[in-house]
Formats: sequence, structure tokens, C-alpha cells
Amino acid sequence: MKAVLDLIVGDPQADRAVPHTGITARLTVFATGVMAFLAVLVLALSMTAGRVADRWADELAQAATLRLPADADAATIEKALEILRTTPGVAAAKALTEAEQQALLDPWLGPNLALDALPIPQLIEVIADDPPYDPEGLQARFAAELPDAVLDDHARWRAPLLKAANRLRLVTWLVTLLIGAALAAMVVLAAQASLAANVQVIHVLRLVGARDIYIARAFVRRFTLRAAFGAALGALAGVIVVQLVPVGDAPGSFLAEIGFQGAGWLWPLVIPLIAAIVAFAATRAAALARLKEQT
Amino acid sequence: MIELENVSCGFGGTPLFSGLSLSLTPGSFHFLTGPSGAGKTTLLRLCYADLRADQGQVRLFDQDASSLGRDGVAMIRRRIGVVHQNCAFLDHLTIAENIALPLTVADRAAEAAGNLPELLAWVGLTAQAGQFPPELSGGERQRAALARAVIMSPDVIIADEPTGNVDWEMSQRLLTLLVELNRMGKAVLIATHDLTMIRTMKAELSARVLRLKDGELVQAGAEL
Ligand SMILES: Nc1ncnc2c1ncn2[C@@H]1O[C@H](COP(=O)(O)OP(=O)(O)OP(=O)(O)O)[C@@H](O)[C@H]1O
Ligand SMILES: [Mg+2]
Repeated sequence: MKAVLDLIVGDPQADRAVPHTGITARLTVFATGVMAFLAVLVLALSMTAGRVADRWADELAQAATLRLPADADAATIEKALEILRTTPGVAAAKALTEAEQQALLDPWLGPNLALDALPIPQLIEVIADDPPYDPEGLQARFAAELPDAVLDDHARWRAPLLKAANRLRLVTWLVTLLIGAALAAMVVLAAQASLAANVQVIHVLRLVGARDIYIARAFVRRFTLRAAFGAALGALAGVIVVQLVPVGDAPGSFLAEIGFQGAGWLWPLVIPLIAAIVAFAATRAAALARLKEQT
Repeated sequence: MIELENVSCGFGGTPLFSGLSLSLTPGSFHFLTGPSGAGKTTLLRLCYADLRADQGQVRLFDQDASSLGRDGVAMIRRRIGVVHQNCAFLDHLTIAENIALPLTVADRAAEAAGNLPELLAWVGLTAQAGQFPPELSGGERQRAALARAVIMSPDVIIADEPTGNVDWEMSQRLLTLLVELNRMGKAVLIATHDLTMIRTMKAELSARVLRLKDGELVQAGAEL
């Protein structure tokens, strides 16, 4: 902790002892910037996917549909509704009117469809209570009493959807980790290059009595600040790009929701900090190891 | 404070010198002369742990030099002020910053504020304080190197040709400083070709003159 404080407020002279190498400095800032940018995009994607999946899953969990053949008569419909009403865990059951069915089909088949010309199955919307009904029991009951009815409880849609969403989340976290590892590797390489370019400077510092930790500090301070700065720029650019993603006109579409919400906003703020911590640890380890070799 | 016992050292197999002994005690003043390439710089480097002896023992402030870690070496060097033959400055720092560097790396930069102006005036570099080493003449650099060597008020001062590039008057002034520091109890060891300087100073000081030649360190006497 003290090392970190020293670094931020610390003696700027410690940094001055090592000459600035323009190109490594700019490349470090650039590379950390790019990585922070990518990290922001990936995290935005991850959170959006998570949110959308959660909501879909919720909606699907609540509603199920009972499908009756197109030629089902009023008595059959009434019987189906009766079965549903007497099933514990069903909050409501409602046969969709022709207009409602038409609305459901509009997006697929267009508004000018003559519904009665087609054999459209009759749909009954089933809203689950809390705790919900047992779908298999209900299925069995319909099989016995109304074999033509098909209960679509959406569970078979929901499970793979959730699985896919969780995979996606896992993959994005993995990508974020890889970005962090690549950042560490890049900083180590840059620090190594900088140490190698400054062999003579290190020799002089040692001649006047500098300890390894002092010399390392000069490099660590520089690379940490560069990484933090680059990552802040990259994260900012990432947030701007995420905000600029064209919002789809269909509400509820995936693209319309891309971005951070609520506590998710902490991530773009935390990224520069994480980049700085990664750079600090990586440069420190690299510098001390290298100084040990170089006498 | 610095003791070399039966030391041999060389590069690539053949030793430059062997069986060499030398002892620097508080208040001692040594000149080291010898032909170019005899190994004067090499001998001095042994004294501030910049080289390891091939054989024999080097003791620095009662510690065996061969057993010192890198931090140990750093601590020893803070007690030994060195004027390097090639000055060894950081070219991207100003002369003033270079002179203060031993304090800076010891995290004692604040102390420089007090000593530095006086020291700069004394080596005649007040006007050049803000310049960078490559912009200075050889003599100016040597004066700066001497200022850097003494800024920590070290126990031992080792100077490798400190007056090689300065005029007679300036070399007298620099030597006067070394003599003053020596009177305060510091051990001084100067490697130089400048026999005139040795003769002048020898009269004033109880300085010992050592001559390194053909791998042997002998006390030079009357021939000077
Ligand atoms: N790092 C090194 N690697 C190989 N050989 C070296 C090295 N340093 C010095 N030598 C050799 O050791 C010999 C003594 O060098 P040294 O610098 O000690 O001489 P010197 O007495 O200081 O000479 P001068 O009076 O010219 O400064 C020289 O022949 C030199 O070539
Ligand atoms: Mg020499």
C-alpha cells in the first residue's frame, strides 16, 4: 500500500533518473488503451447478454401455451380451460381471441392475412402461479383427458437459452482475463526493453549507491502511470463507442440494450485501476528479476 | 576502512597484478601512479566493489567484499565518494542533478538544497548548474565529478585522474579541497599521472605515493 502511495504522490525525481524513451512510452499508452477499449466492449457485451438472457428466461418461465387443433370446438376449449383452472399452480388461463392470434402472427405473415382461411391452432395462454404447476403432471393429465392438446411449457426453450447466455458470459470473462494477461505480457516486454536500453544509466545509478528497489521504482512508476493513463483513454473511448451503437427501433432487441446499467458502470471506471495494478506488479517483477541478473 | 590483502585481479586469465596489499585508514592520503595500462583504474574499482578480486581478500568497512549482495554494495558505495576516470554522468540530468544524484538515490534529496550551491561555487560551476554533461568541457566535468564524489560527505574519497583535464590553478583548488577533507579524517586515494602535483602536495602532506608497475605495488620514494 505504501509502495502504491509513494508511486502516485512519490518523488518525481525517482522517475527522472531514467531518461524518457519516447517510443516505448507511446506504445505502452497505445497498447494499454487498445486493451482497455476491448475490455470495455467485451464487458458491455457480457452484461447485455446476461441481462437479456435473464429477462427472456423470466418471461418464458411465467408463460406457457396450450395448443389445440385448429378445428377444436367451443366445448373442447372450455374443457381445456376447466382442466387448467383446477390445476394448482396455474394463476390464469385464457384462450386467445382471433385478433390476438392475428397480432402474434403479424410480424411473421403480415397484417393482411385472412386467418380463417388457414388452419391456425387455437392457443390458450397459461400464466404460472408462484409456486408454479408441475408441467409433467399437467402434460400427463392432458394426455389422458384431451390427447389433442399440446402443452408448450417453454422449459425446453428456456434451458438452452440460459445455457447459451451463461456460456457467453463465461467466454467474455475469459476474454477479459486474456486481455489482462496480454496487458501484463506487453508491459513486461516494454519494461524489459526499457531496462535493456538503459543499461548504462543503471550502471551509473549503481555507482552512486542506488539499490535495486530504487532503480526498479523509477521504471515501475513510469509504466504504472502510463498503463493507467492509456487504460483511462481506452475505457473512455470504449464507453463512447458503446453509447454510439445504433439503437435498434424494435424495443427489446438485443442492440437496443447494449451498454452498462446501474452498478455495471463501475467497470469502465475500474478498468484503468486494474490496468495500473497489473502494470505495477508486472513491471516490478520484471525489473527486479532483470536487475538481479545484471550486475 | 578499505583493506586489500594479497589480491590479484586481471582480465581474461593473465592477472594485471597479484599478491597486492593496500590499506586505507581514516586520515590517510595516498597517491597511486604508474604507467598507463598498469591497472590503476582496476585497483580502484576493487576498492568500491565494482570488480571482484580473482584471489585474495578485499575488506570494505569490515565486510568481505565477495560476500556483499547488491544492496550491500550500494550501502558501501554511499560511504565511498568516487571520481571516475570517465566521470560516469547521466546525460539527461543537469549538472546540479548529477551532483546531487548520490543523495537522490539514497532518498535524501532534500539535503541537497543545503550543500549544493556551496559545492557548485566551490568547484566553479555555479553558472553551469543547469547545463547537461555533454555541454561541459572535460575539466568542468571532472570538477562536477569531484563535487558529486564529496556531496555525501563520504568516509573515503577515491579519485581516478581527477585533474587530468584541468589547468594548474584549478587542479590546485581541487586538491586543496581533498586535502581539507583529508584533514577532517577522510581517507583519500588519488590515481594520477601528474607527478608535479604529487611533488607539490607531498611536501604539504604526509602523503604516501604508491607506484603500480609490472603487477607490483611499490612505495615510491626519492625519485619523485
Ligand atoms: N573491462 C575490461 N575488460 C578487459 N580488459 C580490461 C578492462 N578494463 C581494463 N582492462 C585492461 O586492463 C589493463 C589495465 O587497465 P586500467 O584501466 O586499470 O589501467 P590504468 O592504469 O588505469 O590506465 P590509465 O592510466 O590509462 O587510466 C589495460 O590493459 C586494459 O586494457
Ligand atoms: Mg585508469
